[in-house]
Amino acid sequence: MSRPALSMSGVEKSFGPFRALGPVDLDLMANERLGIIGPNGAGKTTLINCITGVLRPDSGSVRFEGADITALPSFRRARLGISRTFQIPHPFRGMSVVENLLVPLDYIHGVEDRHRRAAEVLERVGLSARAAYPSEDLSQLELRKLELARALVGNPKVLIADEAMAGLSEAEIDEVLAILYSLNEQGVAVIMIEHIMHAVMRFSQRVVCFETGQLIASGTAEEVTRNPTVQKVYFGEQAHH
Amino acid sequence: MTQFDLFMNVVATGVLLGSVYAAVALGLAITFGILHIPNIAHPALVIMGGYFVVHANRFGVDPLIAALVGLVPFYLLGMLLYSFYANTFERRGRADVLQSLTLFFGLSLVIEIILVLAYGSELKSLTAPYIGSSLRFGPLTIPSRLLVPAILGPATVGALWLYFRYTNSGTAIRAVAHDERALSIAGLDPAAIKRQAFGLATATAVIGGAALAMIGPIDPFSGRFQIGRVFAIVVLAGMGSIPGTLVVAIGLGIAETLIASYLNPAWSPGVAFAMLLGALALRPQGLFGTVR
Amino acid sequence: MTRGGWTFGLAMLVIVLAGFLAPHVLKNPFYFFAGYVILQYVVIATGWNILGGYAGYINFGAAGFFGAGAYASAFLFNAFGIPLWGSLIAACVIGAGLGLLMGYLTLRIQGVYFAIATLGLVIILETIIHNIPALGGARGMVVYGPPPPGWAAGPPQYMFVLMLLIAVASVSLARWMQLSWVGRGLRAVRASEDAAECSGVPTLRLKLLACAVSGAVLAAAGAPYPFYTSFVEPVTAFSLIIGLNAIAMPLIGGTRSWQGPVIGALLLATTQQIATITISSELNILFVGVVLIAFVALAPNGLIGLVRRKGTEARL
Repeated sequence: MSRPALSMSGVEKSFGPFRALGPVDLDLMANERLGIIGPNGAGKTTLINCITGVLRPDSGSVRFEGADITALPSFRRARLGISRTFQIPHPFRGMSVVENLLVPLDYIHGVEDRHRRAAEVLERVGLSARAAYPSEDLSQLELRKLELARALVGNPKVLIADEAMAGLSEAEIDEVLAILYSLNEQGVAVIMIEHIMHAVMRFSQRVVCFETGQLIASGTAEEVTRNPTVQKVYFGEQAHH
Repeated sequence: MTQFDLFMNVVATGVLLGSVYAAVALGLAITFGILHIPNIAHPALVIMGGYFVVHANRFGVDPLIAALVGLVPFYLLGMLLYSFYANTFERRGRADVLQSLTLFFGLSLVIEIILVLAYGSELKSLTAPYIGSSLRFGPLTIPSRLLVPAILGPATVGALWLYFRYTNSGTAIRAVAHDERALSIAGLDPAAIKRQAFGLATATAVIGGAALAMIGPIDPFSGRFQIGRVFAIVVLAGMGSIPGTLVVAIGLGIAETLIASYLNPAWSPGVAFAMLLGALALRPQGLFGTVR
Repeated sequence: MTRGGWTFGLAMLVIVLAGFLAPHVLKNPFYFFAGYVILQYVVIATGWNILGGYAGYINFGAAGFFGAGAYASAFLFNAFGIPLWGSLIAACVIGAGLGLLMGYLTLRIQGVYFAIATLGLVIILETIIHNIPALGGARGMVVYGPPPPGWAAGPPQYMFVLMLLIAVASVSLARWMQLSWVGRGLRAVRASEDAAECSGVPTLRLKLLACAVSGAVLAAAGAPYPFYTSFVEPVTAFSLIIGLNAIAMPLIGGTRSWQGPVIGALLLATTQQIATITISSELNILFVGVVLIAFVALAPNGLIGLVRRKGTEARL
């Protein structure tokens, strides 16, 4: 087994008296496909924010390829190769689709021909025809694709897809999954946070479930689905909706 | 007078001055603190309220009565302003801070210039029987021109606090800041509630204006020196805390009078901004606020 | 360099040459007095827009930076005889320092606080200057500038050409920032700071850079002012109309590109120069205030935005 790309130990985060996360120990292997599930408010987004540096954990450490990155600001982590999409797409309004991709290309160094790289990524996610469009004119699916394209254009080593498929149709979900698969084949580790169960279960080699900030189950999709605690806190909750 | 007596007098003056600042800042505590609308035109509205009282006073109306009468037109004016604001921004989706700040900046200039054109740019003052005399409490000498307006601050704070705590519409205003959707589900119109809150905030401008005009003469640009003060007070009080507004305002009043008496009066306008900048750098959530 | 770059460079060169030649054609010094003020506003609007337009951080205290620049050059000349070029550089350094300080204190929080803090900057600086006798206090300072060099037709012509050079430099800087990685990063910050940061953009540093550059340009606009009027005092150096125009001009022209503030400044400042002869300064402010509100409410993307929208509608 390869060494972990990303490694969290004892990560904790509280907001005032409310402990949102942890303590959590979690490793992500290089090139792994990891699914994270759990009810709303379980701490999934807090976890990502601690990985990407939007939040700084109160205690514990985050390591990336062996180096401690706990105190690094977000942009440095992005430059190291940790990339993410946002639950609610955050396009750079006022810029065209291709310009949206030029932002990471400007700031994450290492790509020679920036315009060619941008065109290549747009081609891969199927947005080539929209390259010159203002990003505010995109449809929901196109916004999700742009979000993905912007996250992967800088050749990340870890991609975190935070509910990248929410609100999409079945066919569109397959399209996004195909993009994530092909990315993973090229060696990118993918963390997928998702409420769309069949998509996470199909995609992930390993699934972990969070509840009230704690990691309560870990294993293959099948193992986690069968886990009685997971059934109670998560699938039970889903059944009520 | 001993050094200590002098000190006590300075502190007492500071408390009174701070109470007046509270009356001036209250409206902003509602618009900026609760509704999150950066209404930098509030100080200009306060001065406009002051002119309303000064105008009525010319016909022999007591400033306090004029301020009470003024509550109604200013309430309506506030509702009108909110409607304009909401039509301009909230329908466009999320209100752009840059644009709403610019709008209120433009509005405050327009108000100032209209006052200049209507009343000229020289100082205007009020006359009332209680302006000019002074009361003595032991070693303390307190001029009534400070005492009467200083009662307006805590009185308005108290009235608003009761309103927010014990009335349905007051509770709705506090709720709108937290969760608009929940209100819509409960069958209340968030826009109407915000309009009402903005009206209320603007109505307090008359009281603040009356208080300011009682302390000393005002001119159309007097509001500008209040901008720093009111924002410092609202932010330090923790965005929307009504009792906090009074406490911080009094603290600022004391700090200003201490600096004016022991250092140099010319430095006191900078005190509020210095406090604000220091506080923002150290404790952005305010003294009485909590992290959201 | 791109083709657009060459065209722009050539246009700037032509403008500078025209500025040098103008005194030989126009004999009335009034044109240069008025032209100086218009160009000064081109610099102010351009400087303001680097932070306000590109990054979306509104600065109400443009007059504070302008006044700081004016006082810096007046003091350095009177006290040490430092020539205008030297004090221009000093003014830029002071403006950049003030911008950094403001940014450092407030940018970590939210745009609103930055805006409020800038409102205070003017009052604090005015208070400080009132209290420093070496700067003339409330009475101000008289500045007897050196006679203009031989090639200039007279002091107004010389000051005009000087301001023209500052304007060309500022506009070129703003254009470069807009088209480079800096501008793209700032626009990303304006759209979404979180997404920008996660795309590798060092948002805080970039905003501080914008604050410093914007402050430097605004102070540069003020540096020649004491030599233009031979006098500097707090009320005019920190004048309200400067702060107002700094916002109104880019907003009227359009804040997204370097052309917007230039167009807005040329339009509004020319109107004001013509209007001050005929109407009072109060009506002038009222006019700008109403125009500003109208643009915020009806055409938030300025004249350039209006023209662009008409263009897209026509194509559809």
